[in-house]
Amino acid sequence: MASKAATMTTAGSVPRASAADARPGLARRFSNLLTGRRAWYLALMLVPPLLWLGVVYLGSLFALLAQSFYSIDEFTGDIVREPTLKTYVELFTTPANVDIVRRTATMAIAVSIACAIIGFPVAYYMARYATGHMKAFFYLGVMLPMWTSYLVKVYAWRQLLAKEGIIAWAMDRLGLAWLLDAALATPGIGGPSLTTSYLGMFIVFVYMWLPFMILPIQAALERVPVSLTQASMDLGATPAQTFRKVTLPLALPGVIAGSVFTFSLTLGDYIIPGVVGAPGFFIGMMVYQQQGTAGNIPLAAAFSVVPIVLIAIYLWIAKRMGAFDAL
Amino acid sequence: MTTAIEFRNVSRVFGQTRAVDDVSLTIEDGEFFAMLGPSGSGKTTCLRLIAGFEHADAGTLLIHGKDSGDLPPYERDVNTVFQDYALFPHMNVLDNVAYGPMVKGVARARRHAMAEEMLELVKLHGFGARKPSELSGGQRQRVALARALVNHPRILLLDEPLGALDLKLREEMQAELKALQRRLGITFVFVTHDQGEALSMADRVAVFNHGRIEQLDTPRRLYQQPRTLFVANFVGTANVLSGEAAQRIAGRAQPFALRPERVRLAAPGQSIVPDWLAVAGRVAGVQYHGASSRVEVDVGDDVSISVQVPELAANETPEPGTRVQVAWPRDAMVWLEAA
Repeated sequence: MASKAATMTTAGSVPRASAADARPGLARRFSNLLTGRRAWYLALMLVPPLLWLGVVYLGSLFALLAQSFYSIDEFTGDIVREPTLKTYVELFTTPANVDIVRRTATMAIAVSIACAIIGFPVAYYMARYATGHMKAFFYLGVMLPMWTSYLVKVYAWRQLLAKEGIIAWAMDRLGLAWLLDAALATPGIGGPSLTTSYLGMFIVFVYMWLPFMILPIQAALERVPVSLTQASMDLGATPAQTFRKVTLPLALPGVIAGSVFTFSLTLGDYIIPGVVGAPGFFIGMMVYQQQGTAGNIPLAAAFSVVPIVLIAIYLWIAKRMGAFDAL
Repeated sequence: MTTAIEFRNVSRVFGQTRAVDDVSLTIEDGEFFAMLGPSGSGKTTCLRLIAGFEHADAGTLLIHGKDSGDLPPYERDVNTVFQDYALFPHMNVLDNVAYGPMVKGVARARRHAMAEEMLELVKLHGFGARKPSELSGGQRQRVALARALVNHPRILLLDEPLGALDLKLREEMQAELKALQRRLGITFVFVTHDQGEALSMADRVAVFNHGRIEQLDTPRRLYQQPRTLFVANFVGTANVLSGEAAQRIAGRAQPFALRPERVRLAAPGQSIVPDWLAVAGRVAGVQYHGASSRVEVDVGDDVSISVQVPELAANETPEPGTRVQVAWPRDAMVWLEAA
């Protein structure tokens, strides 16, 4: 017992002696200063990103919003820096502009729904069944397209969708040319070829934003314990009922998060509608054109406000419908 | 009595492991049956086989006499209380409990009345509007119980339902579960790794080890007459002596178990009751447990025997290092099947 106590004292005194000998390094003294001073620590961590978000991001956003309340002098082309709703009146009374908003919003909704329908099973498989190599393969498969340049992908799709492209060829070989023709003959979405139809544009959009839908849904499903679906079946629910009453409601925040991505990305994109699809303008193109070639900054700003408002409305409805109750 | 559940040579294999290995057992209707074992012993897999979350690779599973091995969970007259309770976080307590009737198409007013009745049964009246996240662990456990009972199943499965509760609450719930089972008269199948829980609640206990049942008996017989080394060690505390030590001490080369409360301490040279066995040794350590003390006696050759000394006699507990005798009646030795 006595010898044990003796060794313990020596063992305890060793680090103490060395700590007294060598003065703590600068990094250690800095750590000591911050430890226990929670406010300093937080400030150090948060001030840089908050400066970035607050000044660069929010600042420019409010500058943009402010611009939309200016107007343009039709004769001189100068910006009149006086608050007015003139630009908004122009935006919502010119039929061409209203068409653009409606067209873009419709496309964004269609793309979001399609992404959710295609993405959900993939996300479900990734979250529930894939393990080890299979999971890695799926992650890679979902992310890999994002490693490639956006422009390369868009132009590649232009080739794939072309009248002489591989899709038309494959449909022809499979004896499904009639299906493609029927789709292209459908008013509203059709056109001379997939490259020059809204259907083609829709396909490209869905392809482009699919990862942004899959990943949030997968993350949401990952957090749903398997025991919940088992409990549901245990209580007598069929798989379909279980999906409707348990899985879907719990994955809904993920679907909403994903659809906010797909929706806003579609609303803001100005490259895809220019490369693939029918000649009608989209909001993104309009912003680009108004602030670039036309020099109508107020109208460009007003157009940029539209997606913000649409997403705000969407989130409000989603919240009212209880989409975030499971959070 | 009719049979609630019957396993006939059931096996369930995961890759290389035989999680359930050729198990046969019968659970009677209205019985409180415990499946006891360490983690990975196959007890939970057996429960999941009954619930329908797992399917047997071999053998037959009968529920109320009907071959049920291939039935999906939603077609079995069996409900489960999950280890993590598995309450639906997006529904309030009332809707959680009313879930079973809801998916069966019971009208809203009727199923809410059923749920209220169940909440009353588990003493959670008035908690219906709360979300599961607003409840304590014990309350969640009760909600899970109410939800599983609302369908009036003939068999209730409980997967370590008390594992997440603190000691005091656990003891309370043990008594309540037992009372509830008596009142409802349905079969309870209870999985636990806590031998105390199994002994205090169950009518019969199956002790699992490596996917097999080591022993199936009433709690008392399990405690008093463990058949194998594993059961003797797992159920309660026992001195388990190897065949070698048994040969030296008792003159028979077969391992035996000896409960510490059957052993007495005596001073060296003190005369022993005739027909008792006595071994001389030296006190290695004393642990104080309140109601009793545990004295470890080293009897040589790396064999130590622990003796339970009740608190009434605790002033007699010797200091470590003291020479003593340990003695026990011959019938206290339970001869075990050689491992």
